[in-house]
Amino acid sequence: MLQLLWLVVAIPFASAVLLALCGSSLSRRAVALLGAGSVGLAALASLIISATFLASAPPGNEYVQHLWTWMSSGGFRPEIAFYLDPVSLLMLLVVTFVGFLIHLYSVEYMRDDEGYARFFAYMNLFVASMITLVLANNLLLLYLGWEGVGLCSFLLIGFWYREPQNVRAASKAFIVTRFGDTAFAVGLFLLFTRLDTLDIQEVMHRASARWTPGSGVAIAAAALLLGGAVGKSAQLPLQTWLPDAMAGPTPTSALIHAATMVTAGVYLIARTHVLFALAPSVQFLVAIIGAATMLMAAFSAIAQRDMKRVLAYSTISQIGYMFLALGLGAWSAAMFHLMTHAFFKALLFLAAGVVIHAVHEQDLYRMGGLRSELRLAFWSFVIGGSALAGLPLITAGFFSKDLILWQSWAGPNGNAWFWIVGMTGALLTSLYTFRMILLAFYGRQQLHVKAKNGLAVRVSLIVLCFLSLVGGYVDTPPHFGGVPALSNFLNSVLPPLKEVHVGPITETVTALSASTMFALGLGLAYLIFGPKRSRLPAHNLLEQLWLAGWGFDWFYDKLLVRPFQWLTRKSASDLVDAPINGLAQVTVLGYRALRLTQTGRVRWYAAGLAMGTVATVAIALLVR
Amino acid sequence: MILPSLILILIVGGIASWIVARRSEVVARLIAVASVLADLFVCFGIWVAYLGQSHSTPERWFVECDFAWIPQFGIRIHLAIDGLSLALLLLTYFLGIMAVLSSWTEIRERVGFFHFNLLWVLAGITGVFLAVDLFVFYLFWELMLVPMYFLIGIWGHERRIYAATKFFLFTQLSGLLILVAIITLAVLHHQSTGVFTFDFEQLLHTALSPRAARLLMLGFLVAFLVKLPAFPFHTWLPDAHTEAPTAGSVILAGLLLKTGAYGLIRFVLPLFPGPSRELAPILMTIGVIGILYGAVLAVGQTDLKRLVAYTSVSHMGFVLLGVFAGNEIALEGAVVQMISHGISTGALFILAGLLQERMHTREISAMGGLWETMPALSGAGLVFAMASLGLPGLGDFVGEFLVLLGAYRANVPLTVVATLGLLVATLYGLRFAQSAFQGPNPHHWKLPDMRLREWAVLGLMMMCLVWIGLYPQPVLNGVRPSLAAAAKCIPAGNCQEIKR
Repeated sequence: MLQLLWLVVAIPFASAVLLALCGSSLSRRAVALLGAGSVGLAALASLIISATFLASAPPGNEYVQHLWTWMSSGGFRPEIAFYLDPVSLLMLLVVTFVGFLIHLYSVEYMRDDEGYARFFAYMNLFVASMITLVLANNLLLLYLGWEGVGLCSFLLIGFWYREPQNVRAASKAFIVTRFGDTAFAVGLFLLFTRLDTLDIQEVMHRASARWTPGSGVAIAAAALLLGGAVGKSAQLPLQTWLPDAMAGPTPTSALIHAATMVTAGVYLIARTHVLFALAPSVQFLVAIIGAATMLMAAFSAIAQRDMKRVLAYSTISQIGYMFLALGLGAWSAAMFHLMTHAFFKALLFLAAGVVIHAVHEQDLYRMGGLRSELRLAFWSFVIGGSALAGLPLITAGFFSKDLILWQSWAGPNGNAWFWIVGMTGALLTSLYTFRMILLAFYGRQQLHVKAKNGLAVRVSLIVLCFLSLVGGYVDTPPHFGGVPALSNFLNSVLPPLKEVHVGPITETVTALSASTMFALGLGLAYLIFGPKRSRLPAHNLLEQLWLAGWGFDWFYDKLLVRPFQWLTRKSASDLVDAPINGLAQVTVLGYRALRLTQTGRVRWYAAGLAMGTVATVAIALLVR
Repeated sequence: MILPSLILILIVGGIASWIVARRSEVVARLIAVASVLADLFVCFGIWVAYLGQSHSTPERWFVECDFAWIPQFGIRIHLAIDGLSLALLLLTYFLGIMAVLSSWTEIRERVGFFHFNLLWVLAGITGVFLAVDLFVFYLFWELMLVPMYFLIGIWGHERRIYAATKFFLFTQLSGLLILVAIITLAVLHHQSTGVFTFDFEQLLHTALSPRAARLLMLGFLVAFLVKLPAFPFHTWLPDAHTEAPTAGSVILAGLLLKTGAYGLIRFVLPLFPGPSRELAPILMTIGVIGILYGAVLAVGQTDLKRLVAYTSVSHMGFVLLGVFAGNEIALEGAVVQMISHGISTGALFILAGLLQERMHTREISAMGGLWETMPALSGAGLVFAMASLGLPGLGDFVGEFLVLLGAYRANVPLTVVATLGLLVATLYGLRFAQSAFQGPNPHHWKLPDMRLREWAVLGLMMMCLVWIGLYPQPVLNGVRPSLAAAAKCIPAGNCQEIKR
C-alpha cells in the first residue's frame, strides 16, 4: 500500500487547484467538504501507509517512489520522487493529522469569512507543499516544497489583504525567509558541484566518503543549509518575521507558524544530519543559535501584550530548544520535541482563536476572568500550557523537553552551560505560559463573551488536548517507564547518542530540576501576574526592549531597509541613461548652433567660402 | 520549401489583413490569428517529427532549404532549422497569437496596418531564427526593426515618439556594426580561400588572426548585447517596453530580446571561440551586473510596465551569464530561461495592458486593493509575479537554477552575487503583486474582471509555465544537440579546477 504515497500530495494539491479556479461558484458546504475532506483523505492515506510501513518494513527501512525525472541536463538529474523512512513518516503523520484537525477547526472558525474558498485553497496548497518538502528524496524537490510553503505562508499572512499592516507582515515574512533561502540555494550549487548529486541519501553517503570532518567544504555546505533553516524556522538572526506573521487567520498561525512550516528548518537539519556531523563547528553554532534564540524569545514572550504574539515568541523559543538538540547531536530528541510541540502549540493557537473570536480582543491586559464562560478554551489552555511548560509525567512536552535537557548535560557535546541555559529556558517558559493563562482567564472579567463553539471546533480541541497529554508516552526515559519507542524507531536514520557525562547528575535529578523549574515559573507567574496583583502592564526599559523583540526590527530597518529604499529611490531614473540623453541634447544643441549660420545673407556665405578655402590651402601647405 | 513558407505565410497574411481591414476589422484580426496559427501548427508538426527521430545519427540541421540568390557574392537563401531554432519558433508563434489576442480590444485605430506590422515583425523574427546565410540573417535582423518602430511610434502611449526613436537608433547603430563585421568576415574569407560566401557554415572555417577575430567578434557582440539587452546598453528597453502597446511589449520582451541571446549562442560562440573564451569572465560579470541592476531599478519604479521592463533586464542577465559560463548545464538553463521569460514576462505585460485598458493608468500609486473587484485577474497576476521571482514549480526557476548551477562551476563569487538577484527579485515580484492587488482600495475602483478571451490567453500561458516548471525535459532534449557544440566553445579553461 506504500504506492499510495503520491496521493498524499496529489489530493490536497488537486483540491487547492479546484478551489482556486472555481471556489467562488461553490457553496460553503462544498468548499468545506473539499477543503477539509481532502486533507482528511490525505491523513487517511498516510495512516494506511504508516500501518503498512510498520507492519512490514520495506528493505533498508526506506521506500522510494519515483514519479518522473524533473529535468536532466549535463549530469544533473533531479527526480520528482518521494522518499519514505521513519523520519519522513513521522513528519508525514504530524503534518496530515494536525493539519486535518486544524482544517476541521477552520471549517467552523472561518465560516463567516468572505474568502472562505480562497482560505481553503491556500491551506490545501500549503499541506501539499509541506508534504512535498517532507517526502522529497532530493534537495531540489525539498526546495520546491520549501518555497511552496513560504508562498502559502505569505498568502495566508496577507489573507485579509485590505489591512496594510497585514500586507506588510506578509511581504516581511516572504523577504526575510528568502534571505535564508538564498543561502540554501547557494548550498545546493555547492553540494551538486562537489558531489554530483542532490539526492539526499546519496549526498550524505558521498559526503561522508569524500570529505574529512571539519574540512572547509563541509563547513561551507552545512553553514549554507543552516542559513536556510534559520530563516524558515525563525531563529536568530532571521527571527523577526514570525511575530508579525500573526496577522494571518489564527488557524494559519496554528498550522503554518507553529506546528509545521516553521519546524521545516529542524527537519532539514535532521534530514541532512551527516553534513552537520562532518562540520562540528557549524553544529556547535546550531546549538549556540538554538540556545540564544530560546532565551531571547522567552524573555520577549514575557513582555508581550498580544496573546498571539506570546505564542509566536514561545514558538521561536521552543524551536530554539529543537535547534539546541540538533546542535548537540540529539537528532531524535529534536524530532520528538517537534512532534509534541506540534500538538500542544496547535492546541494553544486554536484555543486562542476561540478566545479571540469570543471577545474580539487579543490584548491580554484587556482580558481576564474568562475561565467560567470559555471552559473548553480554558482547559485547552491549561493542558496545552502545561505541556508547553513541561508539567511532569502527565504532559507530552515534559518528556520531549526532558530528553533535550538530559542530552544537553549527558550527551557527548553537552556541558553544564547548555544545561543551565536549558533550565533557565524552562523556568521562563513556565513563567510566560502561566502569565498568559492568569491574565486571560483569572481576575475580573472585563469583556462580554459572544460566540459559542460548534462541534468541529470542540472535536479538534479535544483531540489535540488528548494528544498533548499522551503524545509523550511514545518515548519515555529509563526512570519513567523506559520505553524509548520513538527513538528506537528513528534509530535507523538518526544515530542515537552515547551518554558520556553521566556523573553526579542522573536523569532523575535533571527531571526533578525541570519539574522544580516548572513549579517555580508557575509560582512566580502567580506572584507577579496573579489575580490579586495590579493588572497594569509594566513599563520599565527592559520590558520595553523585550516587547520590541530586543530591537531587531529597529536595527534592520536602519541597517538594511532604509538604505535599500534610498538606493531604489535614487536609482529609479536609471543614471546610465543620462549620458545617452546627454548625447541627444548635444546633437540638438549642435544643430541649433549650425542653424544660426543659415542666415540667407550672401556676404556671410561668401566670407565663409573664402575662409574655408584659405584654411584648406593653409592645411594642405602645412602638411606637405 | 517548408521553411520559406513559414515566412511567406506571415508576409502574405500581413498584407491580407491590411487590405481586409478596410472592410472588416474582425476579419483582419482573424486573418492575423489564422496565419500565426498556421505557422504554429507547421512548427508543431516539425517538433513532433524532430522529437520522434532517432538520436543516434544527429544531423546538423533537421530541415534545410538552400538556393542561390545573388551568386556574384555567394549570397544564398539558406534557411535551416534545428532544435534551438525550433524551440524559439514555437515560442514566437505562441506569443504571436497571444499578442494578437491581447490587442483585440486595445487597438481600435488603423487595425489593418497594426496587424500588418505585427505579422511582419514575426516574419523578421522567423527569418532571424532560420537564416544560415549571414547576409540573409542581417536582412531579417533589419526587417524586425522597422515594423516594430511603427508599432511603438503609432500605437504607443504618451512618450511613444521618444521611445520609438531611441529604440530605432540603438538597434540601427548596433545593427550597422554587425553589417560591417559580416562583410569584413566574408571579405577575409574571400582573401584566404578565393570563395565569396556569406554562408555561416563555411565562414566557420575562416582562418582569422586573433586580432581580427577579436574585432569582428566585438561587432557581432555589441549588436547582440544591445538587443539582449545587457548593461549598460539596456536603456532603450524600459522606454520601448513601457510606451509600446501591449502586443508590442509582448513581442519585444518575449521575442526580440531572445534574438540577441540566439545570436550569441548561434553565431558568436561558434564563430569566435577564442575571443569568447577570453571575454567570458567580463561578459559573465556584465550579466551579473545586469541581474542586480535591473532588479534594483525594477523595485524603484512607479510605472507598472516600467517595473516589468526592468525585470526583463534582470532576467536577461541570467541568460548572458549562462551563455558564457561555458558548460552544458548553464547553456541549457539559459535557453529554458529565454523561453520561460518570454512567457512569464509576456504575461506580465498583458496583465499591465489589461489594467491600463480598464484604469487608463499605469501608475502603481493609483492602484491597490484590486483583488476585491477583480479576483481572477489579481490571482493571475500573483501567479505570474511568482514565476518572475523564481518560484520553483514554474518555468523561470528551472532556467535560473540551471544557469546558476552551471555558472557556479565557472565562477563561484560571481554566482553567489548573482544569486542575490533572486533575493531582489522577491522585492519586485511582491511589489508587482502587492501594491496593485492587495491593500486597501483607496480609489474605490469597480472594474470588470477578466473576460473569456483574456482568461484563455493567461490560462494558456500559465499552463505552459507550469509545464516548463515541472517537466522541462522536452525543451532540454530538443535544444541539447544544438547547444552541445556551443558549450564546447568555452572549455574548461574558464572553469576553475574542481578539487575533491
